[in-house]
Amino acid sequence: MSKHVVVIGAGVAGLEAAGRLSKAGFYVSLLEKEVKTGGHLNDWYKLFPDRRNSSEVKHYLDKLTLNDGIKILSGTTIEKFSKRKSHFSIITDKGNEIIADAVVVATGFDLFKSARKEEYGYGIYDNVITSAELEGMFRNDKIALCNGKIPGAIGIVHCVGSRDEKVGNLYCSKLCCVTAVKQAIEICEHLPESKVFCFYMDMRMGGAHYEELYREAQEKWGVNFIRGKVSEAGETINNRLVIKVEDTLAGRPLKMELDMLVLMAGMEMSDGGKKIAGISGLNTGENRFFSAADPHYGSNISNIKGVFYAGTCTAPMNITETISHARAAVSEVMDYLKDVN
Amino acid sequence: MEKFGFTISKIRQIDYDSNDRSIADYIYEREPSFRLCIECGGCSATCTTGNYTNFSLRELHILIKRGENSQVIENLKKCMLCGKCILVCPRGVNTRNIVILARQAFQKSDSYAI
Ligand code: SF4
Ligand code: SF4
Ligand code: SF4
Repeated sequence: MSKHVVVIGAGVAGLEAAGRLSKAGFYVSLLEKEVKTGGHLNDWYKLFPDRRNSSEVKHYLDKLTLNDGIKILSGTTIEKFSKRKSHFSIITDKGNEIIADAVVVATGFDLFKSARKEEYGYGIYDNVITSAELEGMFRNDKIALCNGKIPGAIGIVHCVGSRDEKVGNLYCSKLCCVTAVKQAIEICEHLPESKVFCFYMDMRMGGAHYEELYREAQEKWGVNFIRGKVSEAGETINNRLVIKVEDTLAGRPLKMELDMLVLMAGMEMSDGGKKIAGISGLNTGENRFFSAADPHYGSNISNIKGVFYAGTCTAPMNITETISHARAAVSEVMDYLKDVN
Repeated sequence: MEKFGFTISKIRQIDYDSNDRSIADYIYEREPSFRLCIECGGCSATCTTGNYTNFSLRELHILIKRGENSQVIENLKKCMLCGKCILVCPRGVNTRNIVILARQAFQKSDSYAI
């Protein structure tokens, strides 16, 4: 009889893992707390660095998982998780018990809740929005202020909720610099008259074609890059935003009025992942992501035999890395189940 | 008699919105590589002037872009136009031409005496 693998989370990592496990001959149950599969892909319009429509990747994953060997249980959360000998017992919120031979945890990430950085005024001033909300505007082909007007000057704040001891996140989220550059270009494409300013601490463009995109933003679109962490945003009497930053390369404080401020929210361990950690005894690290057995050669392996990690539940990753990591998890599952009766 | 009292410090803050960036625009138009600077400091490290005086071509770029023009004027004449900086720049910025264009822009403008 085929072995049964439960995959928790149906974002990019979970879908990829489920599809590959099924191809390898396992019976798969894919659990997802949301109604829709696809995770954050559903919120993004175009992907860096090639500006591919996110629906194309979703389409690939849907095709991979459209298969009788995969049962997708969406709108399902997990209440209890225990190991009995070599089997796992998972109780869902609907009271059903699922028995599994192995488990892949693919609970992904949540975006940092930007209102926690109160000084940037998210939730206080109307035209302070997040990177995800800007994607929604791109999707609807309308970048506008709350009053419907077109913004002329737009600021992008890097590292919101990342590299910041004040919110307890010491790590770099890795993807927000390139997201900022991508979004800056897209703003310029939508609104050729607008002026875009990126406020950064370091430009971390360490992926294939990221640096080229940065160069394109400067050369082709005239995006302005100002090195310095925005200390605060306020509102002027006529409802514009005003920011303070040190232009660290000029060595002088700088003040500027803007129409819109976009916050590059970082990646955090998801609430769903935290819940799984709480009920299962899976270890998390100081950054609150799941901690893998070894950072070099055991990044899919957990502290519970038979439970494996896939994707951004362990650390920030881009889609390419997430898919590779999910495939690696599948290879670990195959290895493990060879020896389990 | 002993002098005492208050002094008034000039604000150091760059007031981006009131600054005049026409000099920067003049250069952007004629030397598009001006946009490509990543402020690495390669040019100012090699610059002979920078090694003997407090001149920094890297900083000059920023000051032009922000419209801090009085400070730009002060520094612009220090460059000897030797072109050494062009050899170093990782982004292919035509550094020397930026200095030449900045001088031109100030000369053409009525708002500055240079
Ligand atoms: S990728 Fe860039 S914006 Fe994101 S946390 Fe790292 S340095 Fe900050
Ligand atoms: S051209 Fe000017 S800035 Fe460049 S190295 Fe020579 S003196 Fe320095
Ligand atoms: S070497 Fe080039 S990129 Fe670096 S600071 Fe000078 S002009 Fe800018």
